[in-house]
Amino acid sequence: MSNFSVGFRSTGTVQILDLHGELDAHTAAELEAAIQKCQKDNRVHILINGANLMYISSAGLGVFMAYIEEVRDSGGDIKIAALQPKVFNVFDLLGFPMLFDIVDTEEGAVSKFETASAD
Amino acid sequence: MASSTHTLTIPSSTRFLEDVREFVTMHAEQAGFDEMTVEQLKMAVDEACTNVIEHAYAGESEQPVEIAMILSRDKLTIRIRDKGQKFDEKAYREPDLIEYARTKKSGGFGVHIMRKLMDEVAYRTTGGYNECRMVKYRT
Repeated sequence: MSNFSVGFRSTGTVQILDLHGELDAHTAAELEAAIQKCQKDNRVHILINGANLMYISSAGLGVFMAYIEEVRDSGGDIKIAALQPKVFNVFDLLGFPMLFDIVDTEEGAVSKFETASAD
Repeated sequence: MASSTHTLTIPSSTRFLEDVREFVTMHAEQAGFDEMTVEQLKMAVDEACTNVIEHAYAGESEQPVEIAMILSRDKLTIRIRDKGQKFDEKAYREPDLIEYARTKKSGGFGVHIMRKLMDEVAYRTTGGYNECRMVKYRT
């Protein structure tokens, strides 16, 4: 049984994906399917809540890499929030803060989406 | 402290990566490594095994991947052996994040991560198997 799951929530135009468990080469396909579903539903303000993400390997990071440009090209973004320090360290190790908007809290990320929409 | 060796052999499927991480965590903790180092060891071994499963065996899910943790007084050596396609270290290029995003490329970070997290990473092919050997020194 997979030890990873994605929960869907939304607030306004923001689609929140709650990641639970461990994201590796086996479970990365579930995150990919979740992001594809957001795109299909035209929900491109995607907020990844990592509060319950216990582990991520490069396969998981690769999913974010594969979709970020596409989502931005369609007027959206993938923002990442509430990561545990040990998981943030992995994002940092690969230089992700240079390419992704990584925010401390979910509220902070939502408000950044709202501010961008109002511009 | 005398040296001790622990081994785990898994079939070449990503389904077993979770078992690999559990194995590494248990023995690294028992050896007295701190929490952050245990996380690093777990990830480096996960990346090495993922590369074996996805590249050396290229989708064959029943081939053996052998992981050995060799503990000695001053270091931990992790040895990962497979009988698949050899990893061409010379052809490997460090990933460029911006270029990857632009070209929608998502793989190729594993070796980069292993090198960042471990003190030594070396590959060799001998006696009919490929071996990745990673070392972490005790500080």
